[in-house]
Amino acid sequence: MHELSIALSMVEMAAEEAARRGGVQVHAVHLRLGQLSGVVKDALLFSYELACEGTTLEGSRLVIEEIPVVVFCPACESERTLDSLQRFCCSVCGTPTSEVLRGKELEVFALELNG
Amino acid sequence: MSTQPRLVEVRQNVLKQNDLLARELRRRFQEAGVCVISLVSSPGSGKTAFLEKALTLLRPRCRVAALVGDLATENDAARLARSEAPVRQIVTGTICHLDAQMVERALEGWNLEDLDILFIENVGNLVCPSSYDLGEDLRLVLLSVTEGEDKPLKYPTIFNTADVALITKMDLAEAVEFDSAAADANIQAVRPGMQVFRVSSKTGAGMDELLGFLAARRVEAEKALAG
Repeated sequence: MHELSIALSMVEMAAEEAARRGGVQVHAVHLRLGQLSGVVKDALLFSYELACEGTTLEGSRLVIEEIPVVVFCPACESERTLDSLQRFCCSVCGTPTSEVLRGKELEVFALELNG
Repeated sequence: MSTQPRLVEVRQNVLKQNDLLARELRRRFQEAGVCVISLVSSPGSGKTAFLEKALTLLRPRCRVAALVGDLATENDAARLARSEAPVRQIVTGTICHLDAQMVERALEGWNLEDLDILFIENVGNLVCPSSYDLGEDLRLVLLSVTEGEDKPLKYPTIFNTADVALITKMDLAEAVEFDSAAADANIQAVRPGMQVFRVSSKTGAGMDELLGFLAARRVEAEKALAG
């Protein structure tokens, strides 16, 4: 369970950003979470609340946008969204592929700030 | 002044600090000409037994060392010290994975130029280590025959982020009726094209082939450095 340390990093990152902008209040942290990031959404939501306790982010929300895994199919020469993490292959022609284009994201892409 | 919350784009990778440090470690490893191989697996898959065998076999041929992660004990380092290769333990406490900073700290005082191959044994865990780059050249995922052939399907992320798979405890394969073809199919399903080696750390079967592969990687890395 490494979600707590990830939540702590996120809170620290958001608090620094808020301080840089003159100590504004953070209402929400928007996160892009790839299916192949190795981080579990529910565990992260739970950890986030704990990580916020006693900080300037207490009471803020964590908004998670899950990013599906997108691979490149060498046969179709196209980007394809993976149907299942248990089968890394083209969702159209079935050609196996290991070329992951998206889905590893663990990125704070926006903050909701007051004022 | 408006009281409506506003959305401000920041776009920051949460693991940025780890990734930057891992990149710096990778640069240091490359400059020193040391090939770094990390090992990940569930607890009890035979990482330490494999490492013990690998260090013993490699030591006469090249300069090899290991960092070993463990939650609480220093048993692994004591066990590996028998190979007479330099070994350091990283006790992580309650942390379930190694990160780049732990590796950097553990390397303090070691001259990387004195090494050809460095192994980094992660904490036994098939989930958490997948997110953390350690600056390694090659990530080896171990799967023992006693664990079941469907492990890759249960933990696709770690298998997908690894470079090479190693099936361990092959001396027990028959006794536990290990279905080798099914294991291969499952590995290929989550990581098409992945190279798979089979070893028994107990008998030494398959070790030559794997160590030959690792040695070739090191030569390639050196050529890249010279080129």
